[in-house]
Parts: sequence; C-alpha cells; structure tokens
Amino acid sequence: MKVDVLVIGGGNAALCAALMAREAGASVMLLEAAPPEWRGGNSMHTRNLRCMHDAPQDVLVDAYPEEEYWQDLLKVTGGLTNEKLARLVIRASSTCRPWMRSHGVHFQPSLSGALHTARTNAFFMGGGKALVNAFYRSAGKLGVRIRYNAPVERLELEDGRFVAAHASIKQADGRIRPERIEARACVLAAGGFESNIDWLREAWGQNVRGEWPADNFLIRGTRFNQGVLLRHLLDDHGADRIGDPTQAHMVAIDARAPLYDGGICTRIDCVSLGVVVNGEALRFYDEGEDFWPKRYAIWGRLVAQQPGQTAYSIIDAKAIGRFMPPVFPGVKADSLAELARKLGLDEVTFMRTLDDYNAACRVGTFDHTALDDCHTEGLTPAKTHWARPIDTAPFYGYALKPGITFTYLGLKTDETAAVRFGGQPSDNLFVAGEMMAGNVLGKGYTAGVGMSIGTAFGRIAGTQAAQAALRQGAAHAAA
Amino acid sequence: MQQLEALTRDARALASGAPVLSAPEDEVARQMQICNACRYCEGFCAVFPAMTRRLQFGKADIHFLANLCHNCGACLHACQYAPPHEFAVNVPRSMAQVRGQTYADFAWPPALGALYQRNGLTLSLALAAGLALFLLMALAINGTLMGGDLDGNFYKLFPHNLLVGLFVPVFGFAVLALALGVRKFWREVSLATSGAPVNGPAAAEAADNVLRLKYLGGGHGKGCNNADDAWTLWRRRFHHATFYGFMLCFAATSVATLYHYVLGWSAPYSMTSLPKLLGVSGGISLLAGTAGLFWLNLKRHPLHGDAAQKPMDRGFIALLFFTSLTGLALMLGRQTPALAALLAVHLGAVMALFATLPYGKFAHGVFRTAALLRHTVEKRQPTNLQLGDE
Repeated sequence: MKVDVLVIGGGNAALCAALMAREAGASVMLLEAAPPEWRGGNSMHTRNLRCMHDAPQDVLVDAYPEEEYWQDLLKVTGGLTNEKLARLVIRASSTCRPWMRSHGVHFQPSLSGALHTARTNAFFMGGGKALVNAFYRSAGKLGVRIRYNAPVERLELEDGRFVAAHASIKQADGRIRPERIEARACVLAAGGFESNIDWLREAWGQNVRGEWPADNFLIRGTRFNQGVLLRHLLDDHGADRIGDPTQAHMVAIDARAPLYDGGICTRIDCVSLGVVVNGEALRFYDEGEDFWPKRYAIWGRLVAQQPGQTAYSIIDAKAIGRFMPPVFPGVKADSLAELARKLGLDEVTFMRTLDDYNAACRVGTFDHTALDDCHTEGLTPAKTHWARPIDTAPFYGYALKPGITFTYLGLKTDETAAVRFGGQPSDNLFVAGEMMAGNVLGKGYTAGVGMSIGTAFGRIAGTQAAQAALRQGAAHAAA
Repeated sequence: MQQLEALTRDARALASGAPVLSAPEDEVARQMQICNACRYCEGFCAVFPAMTRRLQFGKADIHFLANLCHNCGACLHACQYAPPHEFAVNVPRSMAQVRGQTYADFAWPPALGALYQRNGLTLSLALAAGLALFLLMALAINGTLMGGDLDGNFYKLFPHNLLVGLFVPVFGFAVLALALGVRKFWREVSLATSGAPVNGPAAAEAADNVLRLKYLGGGHGKGCNNADDAWTLWRRRFHHATFYGFMLCFAATSVATLYHYVLGWSAPYSMTSLPKLLGVSGGISLLAGTAGLFWLNLKRHPLHGDAAQKPMDRGFIALLFFTSLTGLALMLGRQTPALAALLAVHLGAVMALFATLPYGKFAHGVFRTAALLRHTVEKRQPTNLQLGDE
C-alpha cells in the first residue's frame, strides 16, 4: 500500500507535519533515524516557543506584538532573513498553541532564572522531550505509522517530484535492511548537519593559526543530525540552497560537556558578571555589552575565533547566586594567581589582564537587572556594564568551548514550504525545521525561535503534503 | 581509583565537620546539580521549585527533597538526561533510594530501622505471628474454629477488654514510634528549609497537597506516569480509595469505641449503624484501592523508583487488601459457623498491620506530609538568589 505522506525526521517539525497531514485525512508514515530512546532530534533539548501575542495569554504576560518580534529577529540576524517567511512564522506562533495542547503538550510559566522570557516565550512543561512524547503518543493514536531506526539515505525524484525514499532500516536483530518507500508526497524534516563533525570541519576550514576550529566544537544536541539528506538534496539533486554552512546557533558552553547531547545544562551564564579571557590570558570582547539573554548566542562564535577555540569565564565570590548554577563545578582558587595556575594560563599575562581590568573599573551602582553604570575606562576591549573589580575570594574559572546547537545551511523554500529546484517549487516535496530554518535565520539567534520556525513550517508542510497527496490520489482514482 | 577519591572526599568532609553523604545521597546531589542547571521540570511538582532555592545539596536538603518526591515519574519521562544518556539522570529512582534510607535512619527505636531492609519478610512474619496468635487463642477459648456457641457475637470469643489489652499497646507503640521518627526528621529538615515556624497558610496548603494528592496530578492535572510516558489519573484515584478507605475504617473503629465507652452501646451493631456503614464503605474502598494499586505496581515502568523497595510496597498493599477482605468476610459470615475462624484471621491481619506500621510503607505518608509542610513553609520565605540566564 502506497502511503499518502511520508515524513522523514522525528523531531518537532516532523511530528507537526505528520499530525497535520493525518488530520487532513492523509495516511502518514514517519521515519525516525534514531531508536525510540533517542527520538525527537534536537527538539528533546528545547524548552520553549517564542510567541507573538497582543494580550496576556495563560503562561505569557503582557504583549509581544508582531512588530516587536520582527524587529528582534531583524536585529539578531543583521537583516539576513526573509521578511515574508519571518512574519509568517511570527503570526503562526500566535495561534499554534491551542493545537499543540490538543495533542497533549502542556505549558508552564517561565522557569525561575528565566523570568525575562515570561513575556516572549511559552515554556513546555517538562521541556521538549515531554512535547516530543506527547506528539508521538498523539500521532500513534491517530494512526500515523511510526518507524524507528530508519535513516533515509537518498530520494528518488522525477522532474522535482518525489517518488520514493531509500532507507536503511535496522531490524530487531540488529541487521540493516534496505527499503524503498513510495509515497504520494514527502516532508523533509531531518535536521541540519550539526552532528556531522567532518562536514563542520570542511565548512569551517583552517584558520590563520593553522587550526581546524571545528575540531574543538561540541554538539549540544542529537548525534543523529548528520545532514545526509541535506547534502543529497543540495549536491545530487541540485535543490535551491539558502544560508552559509558556518552559520549556526552557537553558544559558549562548559568545555567539559559531552560531545553530543549536553543540552541546556552545560551553558555558562556568568559571562556578564566577570571577564572572559582566551588561552593567551587576554580579554577579547565586551562581556557587558548587553543583557546576557541578548548576547549569549554570539559567544559561541567569539570563542570559536580564539586560539584553541577555548576561553575562560572568570568571576569572583560576588557573582555567586546571581547566575544559573552550572552543571559542573567551577575551578576554585583563593587568589587570582592560583586560579591562573589551576586553569593552565600564563600567570603573568593573566595577572596583567586582571589587574588592568580591575584598575579600569568605574563602579557606580551595580544592578544586574538594568544596563547599569559600572563600566571600564581606557581599556580595550571595554566592559560597558556590570564592570566590578574581580577582587573577592574565592575566585572561579570555567573553561568554555563553542557549543553548536544547529546549522543554518538549508533548502530554500517559500510560504508553501515547497522544496525548490531551479527556482521552481516541487509539487509534492516539502521541507520544515532545521533543514530550512536558514530561510528565516541567516545568522544569530533569539531564544525559542527555532521551535517557532519548526512548528510553523512543520504544520504548513504537513498540510501542503496532504493536499498534494490527496490531489494525486483523486487524479489517480479519476483516471 | 574512584574508591580512593571517595575516601579522600569523605575524609575531607569529616575533617570539615560536614556530614558524609551515603552513596544514594551522593547520587541525588549529583543529579540535583544537573537538574538545577536545566529546570525544565519545574512545573511538575514541589521537588524542583524547592531545588531552585538551593545551589548546593547537603544531607538535610537531600533528605527533604527525597521525601518531597512522590515517585510520579513525570520528570523521568521528560528528561533529556535520562538513561541511556551518559548523565543517567533518574530522579524518581535516586530519590526513592534515599527515601528508603531515611525511613530506616530515622526509625525509632533506631535498632528496628533494620526492619525496612527486608520488609517483605518482616510483613510476612508479622502476619504469620498475628494469625497464629489469634487462631490459637480462638481454639483455646472456643474449643473449635468452626462453630461453637457464639451467636454472631464475637465478644463471646474474645472479650472486649482482651482485645483492648492486645491492640491498644501495639497501636500506641506504632503511633509513638512514627511520631518520634518523624520528629527527628522534622528537626533535621527544618534547619535546611529556612528554619521558619509553621504558619496557618502553609499548613493549609500542605494539608490540601496531602489530601488531594496534588503531586500525582503532573502539574497540569492530567495525572502522573505509570507504565509509560502517558499520563494517568488512576494512581491518584486508587491511592485516594486506599487512603480514604483506611480512614473510614479507622473512623468506624473510633465511632464504635465512643459507642462502647461513652454511650455504653456494645457491639455487634446493626447494618445501618454508623460504625457498620463507615466500616463497610471503608472496607470496600480499601479493597478496590489496594487491588488497583497492586495492579498498577505490577505494570509500573521498570525505571521508576527503587526495585529493592518493591517487596515493601507490595507487601503493604497486600496486607491492607487482606485486612479489608477479611473484615468484609467477617461481616458477611458473622452468622455462620466460620465466625471464630474469620474473626481470628481478621484480627491477626489487623495486628500484623498495626505492628508493622512504623517499619514499612505506611511511613511514607508521615514523612511526605512533614516534607510538604516544610516545603510550604520554606516557599513563603524570601530567597537570596537572583539568578539570570539566557
């Protein structure tokens, strides 16, 4: 039996597509590359959805109008976005939550320590894995056929039309069986290529120091986003592309984080409370440029540009209790010199950097909840807010590495979520989630927007795929 | 090597005067460090909001959090760090292991805390002893277990004062032991939870949490987890049936005691009397509740809770079931020749239940209520943390 809609991928965007297609009356099969215990791609590490709203809504306070959302997106992407698609995502974010609830997703108020997002972001109760679980349960109940351990390697296309997918399905006995799966329409929602270290290495290349920066990257999410289909579509089928392969959602995370799936808890949130030095014990960027929630997403790239792709966040006792507790304890010392030694940094340079900084601090009234007047004078780079001397023992240091969340290179699409070949939209091949997020996010990031894009385009792709399939089925029946 | 590290750490902790953590406590501290950096589960229950008030987890904090945890399973199924993730976070399990340890550690008298360790055996032995005691007494007094000249009146078999003389000391001891155990727990945990005294609103909220079993609701009211990641309200419903059934039976006995001593009305009471109505409805509720809990326990997801405590959980459920079953059988068979045997079996079960109350699953209700009360007190105190994140 040929299925109407084949969904390739198993995260939020894929599940949204599968549920919408099923609700539209199509028969649906979903292929998840991971085994059940690792299902959901990067969605299982997410925690919220950035939502437009004009008035307070259950867990969301005040209002977050379309224009403000758009301006926020414009700012973080530096204009590398598509206004039409971005606004489509923004508007969809204001109406999708009742639908999500109907499939068992629950929301909770902003987490303690994340109160600044109470206005803009709706948090999933239990986080993204609870959301993924709810969607899988609902899909199962509605009769979506879910297959795990089913990575797809290539697609058969005819003149830009989807014909069949070739998957390698892992059997219960561990053997791999190739399978050709036909469908009337297909949704691609199999993630970016962030888990593919070789590809990251190739994309980032070698820097002037002769280093391969990507060798020092950690992947915050799933190991299953190898970008196999993305590369296949771009290289073998010449699908229209969008985005730069080095652009990604990247943050600075604890250097001790695991290579994959470290998730949210490995982030270090004390940057703006202290200073950050690189492996040469030198500062390299204004740690107090803006509120941390508005700056956390640039620090992954900043660290990636440092020698050894490593940096060290240095704080003193005054910062304790003012930032989210990190998952690993910091390196602790009773003096700055001892801290330098423990972190393996050149003590003389480190002390000069810290002494210069401390001497340059002009402390007014410290207020971490405002862009306060504590700043440095005559220091390069300056620290423009929250600059207080680092002088109160014990001192703490956290080694940082770039943590990549997801890549922005993707398939170019339009408001129908169609994959495009030579500027022409495909009749029956659609794309959603990280595979097309680069249409909206050319660079930069703002919390929760990845899930907004995945949900909006997942739902569009599912609806469009169902229509395409049912149209085709009707034509077939008529003939 | 790891052992050496653990020993070194213990030695250092001893030298600094901080209490050394047991292996299960250490595991809770490790997991809480991860959870505190994530916090996705804040909306599920009281454990996570209580956790976010802390940056470090000492022995008393861990005892407090472990007893706040209802083992509902929501955070396990939602956890991005649950096994097979290398962080291997399983909060319901690690909390259950510490909880089991706290029951034993805080038991009074301390020597009897060991009864928790092999609780299935403890319950079986207590039941066997209870049954033997009453069956032999019935035989000695009545001459036979089937028949005899009882005429439906069990005081002819066991005079009222004999029953009072047997049950009051056992029940009194159970109440005393539980009270002294939870007092010790309360003292330790109070200091770790702001030290503030109990106030009216906090007590009212804690009572509400206990009586409605708020934290088996999943935070969204759809219920908690049992066999898989789907929500179910049946754990709460069956627990309610068990708890309120038990309380109705207890009320039946209390009313009967008042009838006996205050009004001078002796048993047996008619079917429409208050003690009978309370006892029968309580017994049926207890029967349904424990049967349901047992069934759910059998279907429970293997990663939930502490497998070593299954005998304790199931033993207690079974004993409650057996007590209500024999109570109802006694009521139905009172006019038959089996009265002596039915009565002896029921009294044996009740005796075993009372005797083991302070050293088995029953303790969870007492310790959890205390922890919830400390939580509702603590949450009303200002926090000195001003955390910010991305």
